[in-house]
Amino acid sequence: MTTTLAHFLPSLLAQAQVYSLPTGEEYLRILPELILSVFGMIVMVVDPLLDDRSSHKSLGAIGLIGTLAALSSTWLMAQHPGTGFWNMVRVDGFSVFFHVLVIAISAVVILSSYEYMALQRIRAGEYYGLILLGTVGMCLMSSAIELVLIFIALEISSIATYILAGFRRREAASSESSLKYFLLGSFATAFFLYGVAMMFGATGSTNIDAIATALGSGTVAPLAYIAVALMFVGLGFKVSSAPFHVWAPDVYEGAPAPIVGLMSTGPKAAAFAVLLRVLFEINAPGRFWLIWISAALSMTLGNVGALVQDNIKRLLAYSSIAHAGYILVAFAAAPEIGTSAVMFYTAAYAAMNVGAFAVVSHFANAGEKYLTLEDYSGLGRRSPMLAATLTFFLMSLIGIPITGGFFGKFYIFSAALHSNLVWLTVIGLVNSAVGAYYYLRVIVMMYMREPRADVPVTPVPMATGLAIAICVLATLFLGVLPGQVLDYATQSAHALVPGVSASAKQGAAEFGH
Amino acid sequence: MNTSALNPYILTLVTFLPLVGSLLLLIIPRRDRDIKGFALGISLITFVASLHLPVHLHRNLSGFQFEINKQWITTPHIQYHMGIDGISVWLVVLTTFLTPLCVLISWTSIHERVKEFFILLLILETALIGVFTSLDLFLFYFFWEATLIPMALLIGMYGHGRRVYAAVKYFLFTFIGSVFMLTAIIWLYSKTGSFDFVEIQNAIRGGHVENFAAAAQWLFLGFFIAFAVKVPLFPFHTWLPDAHVEAPTAGSVLLAGVLLKMGTYGLLRFNLGFFPEQARQNAWWIVTLALIGIIYGALVSLVQPNMKKLIAYSSVSHLGFVVLGIFSFTQAGVDGAVFVMLAHGIATGGLFMLAGILYERRHTYEISEFGGLATPMPKYAAYFLFVVLASVGLPLLNGFIGEFLVLSGAFQERPIYGILGTTGIIWSSGYLLWMYQRVFFGVVKHDVNNTLPDLNLREKAALLPAAAMALVMGIAPILWLSSIDPAVKSVVENIPQLAAKVVGQ
Repeated sequence: MTTTLAHFLPSLLAQAQVYSLPTGEEYLRILPELILSVFGMIVMVVDPLLDDRSSHKSLGAIGLIGTLAALSSTWLMAQHPGTGFWNMVRVDGFSVFFHVLVIAISAVVILSSYEYMALQRIRAGEYYGLILLGTVGMCLMSSAIELVLIFIALEISSIATYILAGFRRREAASSESSLKYFLLGSFATAFFLYGVAMMFGATGSTNIDAIATALGSGTVAPLAYIAVALMFVGLGFKVSSAPFHVWAPDVYEGAPAPIVGLMSTGPKAAAFAVLLRVLFEINAPGRFWLIWISAALSMTLGNVGALVQDNIKRLLAYSSIAHAGYILVAFAAAPEIGTSAVMFYTAAYAAMNVGAFAVVSHFANAGEKYLTLEDYSGLGRRSPMLAATLTFFLMSLIGIPITGGFFGKFYIFSAALHSNLVWLTVIGLVNSAVGAYYYLRVIVMMYMREPRADVPVTPVPMATGLAIAICVLATLFLGVLPGQVLDYATQSAHALVPGVSASAKQGAAEFGH
Repeated sequence: MNTSALNPYILTLVTFLPLVGSLLLLIIPRRDRDIKGFALGISLITFVASLHLPVHLHRNLSGFQFEINKQWITTPHIQYHMGIDGISVWLVVLTTFLTPLCVLISWTSIHERVKEFFILLLILETALIGVFTSLDLFLFYFFWEATLIPMALLIGMYGHGRRVYAAVKYFLFTFIGSVFMLTAIIWLYSKTGSFDFVEIQNAIRGGHVENFAAAAQWLFLGFFIAFAVKVPLFPFHTWLPDAHVEAPTAGSVLLAGVLLKMGTYGLLRFNLGFFPEQARQNAWWIVTLALIGIIYGALVSLVQPNMKKLIAYSSVSHLGFVVLGIFSFTQAGVDGAVFVMLAHGIATGGLFMLAGILYERRHTYEISEFGGLATPMPKYAAYFLFVVLASVGLPLLNGFIGEFLVLSGAFQERPIYGILGTTGIIWSSGYLLWMYQRVFFGVVKHDVNNTLPDLNLREKAALLPAAAMALVMGIAPILWLSSIDPAVKSVVENIPQLAAKVVGQ
């Protein structure tokens, strides 16, 4: 180990002398991150100047403007593809896709938090700031091509979410959620870091491109296998795939509902982006069975676990474990077609799940009192629009046509079948049939049970309504015209996996038609 | 008037008219009368529009007509491809024919959440028509799944006692079955790069599908399970009695009349169309299941104390005939199978409407609650007898033609199939006529039944078309068979050498 360190320091020093200062164009490549950071800090600074009652509205507005500015700046960023900051970040179609996705998720979550914050009487200052700063981490995760920077980005996003999970300060469940998430999360990131160190030992570099070259030429050191496995453990925790999923139900149950919407989609999408880089771009050795087993376990444990849940947040937590499993199926497929399937699914899942949680957090009311399935009895009669939208999101989660969820599953499983993963596909499809049952329970509650008078139904305020409408439209768009998003994802997948073999490329061409 | 200019658009029009109607219903104010009237109007317009299809169908051409084929989604390659042949045209018309009757029969029996009911009914109609008109596998699967939700909601929201159980059971059975079909569809797509029915069929026939020989049996089973659950073939039938007993009348009518036919239509179109060889190899056990279904369904019907359950089990028996006919691979047998699908839709649809009319008056389906009803309700008794006779298979009514053709096809294939199948007809006259006797003949046993009002004008308007259609189909089956026959021929032609091989052995 000492020799490695001895090599590492001088080489780093030598490199530092070679590198020049970043150019203006390189700053454009991290423009969304810069904007989000600035707005995050503005929120923190403005917070003490406002009084408690009005603060959540204006701070939320600042946060929203920040995300919208960042969202539009991705256009500028996309105009300047290339690497920056001493080869630590790279802007390509792939990173732009995930930037747009995670920033859009944050924007919608901020919108759906408006009403929630007022109802729960939580001080808003750090809340919106942390969402913005967490988003910075998620954005960086998708564009970083240097394992150390990936680690830092992962920590930025994780620490923000640890704190956000504990924001319902008066509730013991929320503190438990935060602490559990923090302890297990740090444990998992340590695994990731350990993997990074091993990978450096095996290949002599922490840069994704350099690692890919090193692994691609000649024999692969045994250390590299361990490194891949360790990094997979760390990232598997972040995407809540089995067997690293046990934290998810408790954490989701305790955390504020809009935040669950965020953390089940945003950091997850970013972690999947990192997984794509770590597994596909460096063509990680020995990954197949790791993924296969984890995918099969996640799908099965997630769906079976969800069958017996009576709390809707826990139910959706188990469902998110299952969905992580579906996404992992695509990782076992050929990189060229698997990548675009993963990208499409993360987008579709984000649209439907953020939407579902927006409905849940509106309906939960003050103190998140109404969360059991019983509380949803007769909602179809008492609040037809709200019930109809939740039904639509649940349909998408089941995978019924004309929703994004259907095409997501469709792409995943056709990628898998194309790579001849028949058994994994069968497991996945049987699981999605099992999954239909528990989503259906919610729909049954809403439409086929007598309404309960003791559960209040409040009118939907504009911000929440807007958030829900955006999610409905996105889910519908991905379900009716999925071609555009998938074509974009396929193009950027080409950028991600340049060294892929000719046969796989041909396969992708057939697949794409 | 020359309306053939409509030909390229007529399928789109017929399929989506009810959906447009349901969207308009969304914005109509909640005045129940208006809503019912509007739903009736839309379903009647759809029926009239659908009559364009048999009128302009070229009966002697094989292949699909009224085709429309437009790009829908680029990746994957999904086309908006619709078209019908001499078989599916009648299933479309059956759907549009039954829907207005369903609206009429639900007029007073639905009094809560009326708007939602008719919205769901019209969405269901669109999905059902779509199933029969789609020529793109993806589009087919889309409509196939789309029938699931409105039907489950109709059962779950408007049904009787154990409605939730029945709705969930119905949903899960069909959904799990169709997952296997989806796997097979995706497999076919991943090997052929197309969802198009005709393209895939040509690729399979030309032997251009990689690994097909090894996978064909699994693919056959994938499609088969989805369809067998829907038919329902014994032993996948357990959802049907529950769904029927709990469903509101209109739900039962469409369930028995059309939804079950999706399964047999699928067997005919996809299992025989894509995998003729596997169909041949698997025929022995499928026919066995069909025969078990025929006899078992009939025997269980015989002992049912509940009128609606009796009719439900009789569907299991009748649909067994359809499967028997399809897997006899003879021209007569398959012709007959298609004809039974239509005849059963009309007759059993009629029986469910009649049972529903009685339920509205007495709120029970128990046969023992009735007896001697012919005295207070003579017109009702007459209609009931007519429909029962059609269902039993009395010559000159529609049930007879189809079952006769099926049985003659079954005899050609193997005499024992015909012999066992024929017992089904005997049983069916047993259970239906016995039920009729217990309900209508003798003295009025319960005093409440003395004052039951006879049919009113609306109920007659719902029953008369069904009864008239049963008669017309029985007297002039050629009107239907002249288009069914050529279409069936092009399906059966796929299996010639094999048929010769088996017959010649």
